[in-house]
Amino acid sequence: MSTLREKLENTDDLVFTAEFPSIDGGGMASVEKNAARLAPWFDAVNATDNPAAHAHASNTTTAIAMKMYGLEPIMQIVCRDKNRLAIQSDMMGASLHGITNISLLTGDDVTAGDEPEARRVFDVDGIQAINIARGMATGSYLSGRKIDPAPDFYIGAVENAAAPPFEYRIQRALKKHRAGANFLQLQICYHPDRLEAFCKGAAEVVPELKLIPAVALVKSAKSLNFMNDKIAGIDVPAASMARVQNASDQRDEVYQLTLELAKHALSLPGVRGLHITDFRHDDSLAQFMSDLARVPSY
Amino acid sequence: MLKKLLPLVEHALKAPVWDCRMCGQCVLHSTGMTCPMTCPKTLRNGPCGGVRENGNCEVKPEMQCIWVKAYDRTISLPLPKVWKEHYNDLRPPVDMRLQGSSSWINLVTKRDQQTPAGWSVKDRDH
Repeated sequence: MSTLREKLENTDDLVFTAEFPSIDGGGMASVEKNAARLAPWFDAVNATDNPAAHAHASNTTTAIAMKMYGLEPIMQIVCRDKNRLAIQSDMMGASLHGITNISLLTGDDVTAGDEPEARRVFDVDGIQAINIARGMATGSYLSGRKIDPAPDFYIGAVENAAAPPFEYRIQRALKKHRAGANFLQLQICYHPDRLEAFCKGAAEVVPELKLIPAVALVKSAKSLNFMNDKIAGIDVPAASMARVQNASDQRDEVYQLTLELAKHALSLPGVRGLHITDFRHDDSLAQFMSDLARVPSY
Repeated sequence: MLKKLLPLVEHALKAPVWDCRMCGQCVLHSTGMTCPMTCPKTLRNGPCGGVRENGNCEVKPEMQCIWVKAYDRTISLPLPKVWKEHYNDLRPPVDMRLQGSSSWINLVTKRDQQTPAGWSVKDRDH
């Protein structure tokens, strides 16, 4: 049984999720090191699928390795690199290894990455992939071919609450739930007003969907700028940028800004947890979690 | 004969207006008369999360997001109400075998309604 599912479906506890760093070199030692750092704080951790269209160790193998070192993976699958056959075999392969949290995304385009000349696939889109996962969880591949016993998937998705067209994003969340998503991790968001409007709307229209907004721990105005310019769908308001830029201690100012965003996100209707992407890789993660009144489990 | 002629006629009419890609399973009516196959990711259930602050495309920054345009047009164009209501439909994956065939024929024969047996798991109630 997935801890994530247990907590979200059968308790009122908040869940905390994180992003597992992409694995390139470093082998299992690198997986072990990162797992040890994240395990005390997080209920489940995302095993990403070639994030930002850069090749890394694959989603399935990373999820298996994380599990070996005691982390509960949320295995992401994006539609950019794989057709419908490969997406289904990813899910079946995950199930073979006892990985049940599956999150399905459309994914960044190939042009976001370092191999923009690659062929993009998008044979299905994120919402279609969710529906295919639900079909598998109820006992059949997309073709109708039976799977017995059916894999026990806990299906999730991702939505961007702060990208146009804003008012439609709530309907899109509903559509993802109708396709089969139980939880929704949200894109990192620097617009508390947009996040609030989205969560209020989603909590009303689709109260069964568990919302998990995201924040990013970054070091400076430069990294905020990078996210604003380079990550599709992330916009940092000029006022927030100026606040960090003009601060005497940028590290502390951006930390405080992120903490405010996190506390605000956790106060919103429909919100059942927080997703944290740590780009700082310093000791601030523990501080951040303590400031959110979290206690580590060892 | 009709099978060969109609795709040519359909393309000649629809390409200049909608930049039609001849997917053979036309959904223009439910997307504010905006062709989803012109989305660089060919999303049938957009918009994705990469839409820029100005409403433009993640992949082609100079182009308005197809799905933002579809949303605006669904609201603003004087389309039949029933078409507008289909905007948030869950559209099935494209059947690649229909590429290049006439969607008019596929509409009449209901070929464009056929989905794989594992697709139509019961929709959740809402």
